Amino acid sequence: MEKFDAIVVGAGPAGATAAYLLAKAGMQVIVIERGETPGSKNVSGALLFSQVYSEIFPKFWESAPLERAIVGHAITFLGEQTSVNLDYRDLDEGHVPHNAYSVLRARFDPWMAQQAEDAGAMLMPGFTVDKLLQENGRVVGIEAGGDALMADVVVVAEGTRSGLLKEAGLRTDEYHASDVSIGVKDVIALPEDVITNRFQCLNADEGVAYTCVGHTGGVEGGGFLYTNKDTLSVGVVAKIDAVYKSKLQPHAILNEFKAHPFISRLIAGGEIVEYSAQAIHRGGVHLIGQLYGDGYVVVGSAARLLLNNVMTLRGMDVAVASAAAAAKAILAAREMGDYSHTALAGYEQNFKATNVYKDMVTFKDTYPLLENERLFHVYPELAGAVLGDMFTVGAKPSKKGLKALRDDMRGKVSLWQMLMDMNQIGKGLVR
Amino acid sequence: MKIVACIKYSLTLSELKVDPATRELRLATTPQRVGTIDRNVLEAAVVLKPEGSTVHGLTLAPAGAREAFREAIAMGLDDLTIVDSTNWAAGGPMATAAVLAAAIQKMGDVDLVVCGEASDDGVTYQVPPRLAERLGWPLLAYARNIALAGATLTADRDLDIGMQSVACDLPLVLTVTQETNTPRRPTLMDAVKAKKKPVVVWQPEADLGLSAEALQAAGGVTRIAQEGIVIARKEQLFQGDDMKALANQLLDALLAEHVVAE
Ligand SMILES: Cc1cc2nc3c(=O)[nH]c(=O)nc-3n(C[C@H](O)[C@H](O)[C@H](O)COP(=O)(O)OP(=O)(O)OC[C@H]3O[C@@H](n4cnc5c(N)ncnc54)[C@H](O)[C@@H]3O)c2cc1C
Repeated sequence: MEKFDAIVVGAGPAGATAAYLLAKAGMQVIVIERGETPGSKNVSGALLFSQVYSEIFPKFWESAPLERAIVGHAITFLGEQTSVNLDYRDLDEGHVPHNAYSVLRARFDPWMAQQAEDAGAMLMPGFTVDKLLQENGRVVGIEAGGDALMADVVVVAEGTRSGLLKEAGLRTDEYHASDVSIGVKDVIALPEDVITNRFQCLNADEGVAYTCVGHTGGVEGGGFLYTNKDTLSVGVVAKIDAVYKSKLQPHAILNEFKAHPFISRLIAGGEIVEYSAQAIHRGGVHLIGQLYGDGYVVVGSAARLLLNNVMTLRGMDVAVASAAAAAKAILAAREMGDYSHTALAGYEQNFKATNVYKDMVTFKDTYPLLENERLFHVYPELAGAVLGDMFTVGAKPSKKGLKALRDDMRGKVSLWQMLMDMNQIGKGLVR
Repeated sequence: MKIVACIKYSLTLSELKVDPATRELRLATTPQRVGTIDRNVLEAAVVLKPEGSTVHGLTLAPAGAREAFREAIAMGLDDLTIVDSTNWAAGGPMATAAVLAAAIQKMGDVDLVVCGEASDDGVTYQVPPRLAERLGWPLLAYARNIALAGATLTADRDLDIGMQSVACDLPLVLTVTQETNTPRRPTLMDAVKAKKKPVVVWQPEADLGLSAEALQAAGGVTRIAQEGIVIARKEQLFQGDDMKALANQLLDALLAEHVVAE
């Protein structure tokens, strides 16, 4: 029987990072990936935030297949026929790496896996791990297509759907439908220069990212639009129970979002070249799953690690940070020759020392916001109405802002309710 | 015994697209992989392999594509030889056969060469017979129910007119069809073991002594010009309101042209 030092299940950002770090430290590592190539099963947007990546993969921007550097972030509130846009641009062209880059996972994930392979890990795409093998309550290996492989430690990095732990009876932490969202995304092709011009970029290396609130089929969720080289990633992430209640197909929600005049003119003339849908955890420090046990660690979104603070959705760098924390613990466990849960507990301590975890704690109060229906249905409309009143020179006398707000609120939200919501927003994002 | 399985890194036809502007096939952007017929080749070679024998993969492909052969190796090859086509100018089945023949001769002591009847993308049916010709060996094409007893191979040849049962002494070149067998899917363990199998890269000139000029000459054919096919339409138009009369006119015309018989 073949035995490895470590088996990594899944070659997403989490799995590839763990494999890379363990192989680099001289461990015999095998990475088993369900897709025919890494990233082929992936749906993500995606914006890659540089900080954590650059700590693990120094100068990754010099060799990784990146689409555009994100020089502009915008948050946009979509009313029925209005848009209110808060557009932030970092106009300092010189500094590298940029805060974030857009990536296409079908191209980026193979690059990450290649880093692991170059460090000596063995990559096995095209195989699905069917179960974890246990001996006396300890994970000792995996089974795939009837073949067993043994290892000192198994790194579970199989992403959101993670069923292996549950199947093995190791998942002690259940979660609810309200903790899950569904992400649907179109990739829309447009000529490179059209994108550059339409989004007011200097050249084809610069891009922007929009986070949108409102106009998602009456369902609590958010839209996004990221510029790639010659495609746009346009999608919606919506609460799965709300989608279910609305009786809408996820793609209908995306279509409604794309039909909004603000979005439709940004994607005009484009051709859909890819459509995909995937479940995604809502994220947050309160939802973090079990991280380790006897003979195994759980990294990335398999452990429900995600950070969504309305402004940014971070899964990839969170996955990388957790995998690095786990790898450090595994290497320490190797020194002791002990891969029990007590030996692997260092993973949790390492992870809690990361900025990623600290950010998760900082934004812990953002999550109730994502449950607040008015954020999605009332305020985007209201923002448009108030600004509309203030900009418009019409037949009626003009109003000052507060008067416009009072008038536009009527019948939609009470002053008291709005003060409560402002407090919630303040707690979640401001103070 | 030494068996060589010739396999091709082919265009994935299901992904082949036509450029709407130029009406040209987008060959450069079509993904490539080891072809489907090549899996039948590998299966046949691996199944035939007697105790103590070896099966060697041989391909003319860009050396950079070596990862694409991982699954082929996992199906049961002992090793893979890639003749690097990265700087390959001479195309065509004659040149390919010349390269494969030179490689098989260099491998030495080969008893059996297995090929697909035709590649997924080229579909010329020419490489195996030309290869047999160059090696000076018999060709046993379209084989089914293949069996090996000592140095004699028996098979049924799947011909349009029926099956022909033949026996032939080694060495020989064998071709298989998609009906010959059902290729296996390698298991994880096969794939793990395949990682340790050697992959050798040969350069046509340095390792096989085939210079660009020699390959050009082996290619034999020089394309002088290519003319499109022009179809002259008769453009007869039957017009009027009386459908019955029009139908009769159409029928008369078809009869006159012998498109339909009386
Ligand atoms: C619509 C959408 C948009 C998103 N946008 C962003 C964004 O802009 N920025 C960002 O940072 N994050 C984003 N995310 C989140 C991000 O995609 C994930 O958090 C991140 O991919 C997690 O990485 P991972 O390695 O843990 O899991 P994954 O990337 O999901 O990788 C898991 C891998 O394991 C493989 N696998 C699964 N099961 C098995 C098995 N049994 N055997 C073998 N292999 C298996 C899968 O094929 C996959 O390759 C988005 C997510 C969605 C759904």
